[in-house]
Amino acid sequence: MMGSARHVRLGMMAACAVALAAAPAGARDKKDKDESAAVKAARDFDKNPFPSTYRRYPGRTTLITGATVFDGTGKRIDQGAVLLRDGKIAAAAGALADLDVPADAVRIDGTGKFVTPGVIDVHSHLGVYASPGVDAHSDGNEMTSPTTPQVWAEHSVWPQDPGFSRALVNGGVTSLQILPGSGNLIGGRSVTLKNVYARTVQGMKFPGAPYGMKMACGENPKRVYGEKGQIPSTRMGNFAVDRAIWIKAREYRAKRAAGKLEERDLAMETLAGVLDGEILVQNHCYRADEMAQVLDMAKEAGYKVSAFHHAVESYKIGDLLKAADVCSAIWADWWGFKMESYDAVPENAGILYKAGACVVIHSDDENGIQRLNQEAAKAQGSARRAGIAIPDEEVVRWFTLNAAKAIGVDKLTGSLEAGKMGDVVLWNGNPLSTYSRPEKVWVDGALLYDANDPKRRPVSDFELGQPGEGDVK
Amino acid sequence: MIRRSALPLMAALLGATAAQAQDMAITNARVVIGDGSAPIDGGTVIIRAGKVAAAGAGVAVPPGVPVIDAGGKWVTPGLVVAVTDLGLVDVGAVDASNDVGAEKSPFNAALDVAPAINPHAQPIAIARANGVTRAAVAPLGTGAIFGGQGAIIDLGSDPRAVTLPRAFQYAELGEDGARLAGGSRAATYAVLRNALAEAREIALAPAGARRNDVLLTRRDAAALVPVVTGKQPLYAHVERAADIRMALSLKGEFPALKLVIVGASEGWLAASDLAAAGVSVLATPLNDLPARFEQLASTQSNVGRMAAAGVKVSLGFFNSMSPTITQFAGNLVALGRLPRAAGLTWDKAFAAISSGPADALGMADRFGSLRAGRAGDVVIWDGDPLEARSGVVRLFIDGIEQPLQNHQSRLRDRYLTPQEGSLPKAYDW
Repeated sequence: MMGSARHVRLGMMAACAVALAAAPAGARDKKDKDESAAVKAARDFDKNPFPSTYRRYPGRTTLITGATVFDGTGKRIDQGAVLLRDGKIAAAAGALADLDVPADAVRIDGTGKFVTPGVIDVHSHLGVYASPGVDAHSDGNEMTSPTTPQVWAEHSVWPQDPGFSRALVNGGVTSLQILPGSGNLIGGRSVTLKNVYARTVQGMKFPGAPYGMKMACGENPKRVYGEKGQIPSTRMGNFAVDRAIWIKAREYRAKRAAGKLEERDLAMETLAGVLDGEILVQNHCYRADEMAQVLDMAKEAGYKVSAFHHAVESYKIGDLLKAADVCSAIWADWWGFKMESYDAVPENAGILYKAGACVVIHSDDENGIQRLNQEAAKAQGSARRAGIAIPDEEVVRWFTLNAAKAIGVDKLTGSLEAGKMGDVVLWNGNPLSTYSRPEKVWVDGALLYDANDPKRRPVSDFELGQPGEGDVK
Repeated sequence: MIRRSALPLMAALLGATAAQAQDMAITNARVVIGDGSAPIDGGTVIIRAGKVAAAGAGVAVPPGVPVIDAGGKWVTPGLVVAVTDLGLVDVGAVDASNDVGAEKSPFNAALDVAPAINPHAQPIAIARANGVTRAAVAPLGTGAIFGGQGAIIDLGSDPRAVTLPRAFQYAELGEDGARLAGGSRAATYAVLRNALAEAREIALAPAGARRNDVLLTRRDAAALVPVVTGKQPLYAHVERAADIRMALSLKGEFPALKLVIVGASEGWLAASDLAAAGVSVLATPLNDLPARFEQLASTQSNVGRMAAAGVKVSLGFFNSMSPTITQFAGNLVALGRLPRAAGLTWDKAFAAISSGPADALGMADRFGSLRAGRAGDVVIWDGDPLEARSGVVRLFIDGIEQPLQNHQSRLRDRYLTPQEGSLPKAYDW
């Protein structure tokens, strides 16, 4: 928790120091004296007013041996060993002799089993569209204005959504980004969570994860606002509204840098955060032609798109996406449910992989999040039939390290490299087989799911006293 | 109207090129009969006159029959998707292309989906490329508790899709039914009883005058006559255990009723009742969230528990958006290997997407397995068909080899190398 707050505040102070260093000493003194309280408040606001209170649960030093290890970076270790200590990955290695294992470590025989990093979903609406899916739980789309960068998904997340438990036990999901919906061009800030139930949302927040900002292209925003008789009602309207708000955001940022800003503006603070590179753009966009135009818009406005989500037509522009270093967060085979998904192909991931572009398998769904590994396997199979052979250890990246990269937590989790968070899944078979399931899941070194222990599974408040409480689900 | 006039034209165009069923033998195969029995290595499948003549081990190839050497690959019956929107939709969110529902129609039970089915819709071609050969198409989106009459189709590329029109009546009897009936389950059952009673009156006196306080149009009431007389099954969509029991109790009042339960997320809580009633269940297999209050007890072990209790359960109730039903069946195998969970063996899991749904549709003697006499619906796979990584190599319906090309495969071929060559991509076809 403190790490997170410190990280963000340090980043901000560093930015101020640079700005001040650039000004002549005399001017700086004068400015300091003249600066009003309002200017200070608008510039030096707390960027982390809802800090993470997540703390890792106690875990024992644990050694898994004899398993096939897919480490998330694209490496495969046969007969591998993974050591978890102090909540972190201490080591993943091929030979036990390489590891310094304390005598009291829990030893798990992983023979015939597989180990991967904890699964990461970059596109979830758990908590903001919680189960049961009643109207009262519909908190994901603030569709009262086409751009709402001022809203934060974490203020909608219901931490008792039963979906978190299914994602953990069936999907091995240990981290997930919760996004606002795609009804708006700019839907608001995302929040990245550790998949550990807590009484508060703050108690689930991933310490040190950057914020994301949800944007959307295409059919949804123009339909939602077109039906209200307002802009945008067309794709060109979408771009006009987006570009106009980016111009405002740049003016806001310039004014702030010049010390002339006297009022805080939550919407502009989010957009300025994107322009400062502190908040990552997560852009719902289906069609290749639109993605290409978004890339130009991003260049014009001065920001980077971290990932295109859904991106069913990424395969048409793998070269452009590779050059722009943008991930495509995609389904394996969802298709045809709306016009802009009509050109989806199951070889999307394979063709992107061949082009050297970043592939992420995402869910956007409370059921799909339980099977990201299988979705990746489906995409792998379709690629193979198209003549693109992709090894299992590379495919595992699609729901681990590449996902972590897309949401800016790849230095902290997403692979089994020493020093990273102890987010680990022990699978009872190859995770790319439909017949495999998580047997044990650790989050920050704490064992939070064990298929062999009926009580080592989470049950949300909502499900207590209901038929099927604590069932295998 | 446009569609009706276009159909004969397409029929003429395609009829000229439609392939004929050819006798054939598929040898050296890992044969799955699809009736719940174990796969047979080194097996042979003989197709004659569009039907399975024999399948299994030690089957001799009759002289003169062309042989396909499967090279050890998996060979199975075609998959059967029971209760789906296949053929009724091009693009879900494009209303004009979507014939799943008819909320504003003055009719309900009388609606017949057969004329709305488009055999050339891409979802059919894509489902076919994923191993599906037969489907029960249902009017799922409805303006009344009765959606209308579903049809059984094949997924062949020829224009004659409908195997059996008006094969069943579809009804919403759960949360959706309550909303459609006026706001409560009490209303659902009042509407349902009244409708079946009106149908019975017509059955007893087909030409007779009707009472002056009827609620159904004559056509809707007449459409329910085969339901109330047991000639046409009633597919009842219910999820909650209490709703399942309520639906089963209708048999007391309408003894001829042939019920099939669809959905059944809480079926495991009513498993003994379902087993005792002997009704077929078409369950959505992986529901495990309390997505609605009628699904609070959902668990992926639902199908396994029902099967263990003796319920005639198979998989169904899928929309055409996610085409791989094999993945659903494969997950039931996974559950069988998980402590305290209930799944199905591989053999039963495959049957749950082939002979199982065919049996629920009353078609087990026509298709759904490779037992002798069944339709020559055969799929050759590049691996274990229940593994998500596996895919279809060749596919036959009624003994006729089917194209596996579709919009998706054409796009794939065009964009395997995304960059343009000497001409724009639009010339690459």
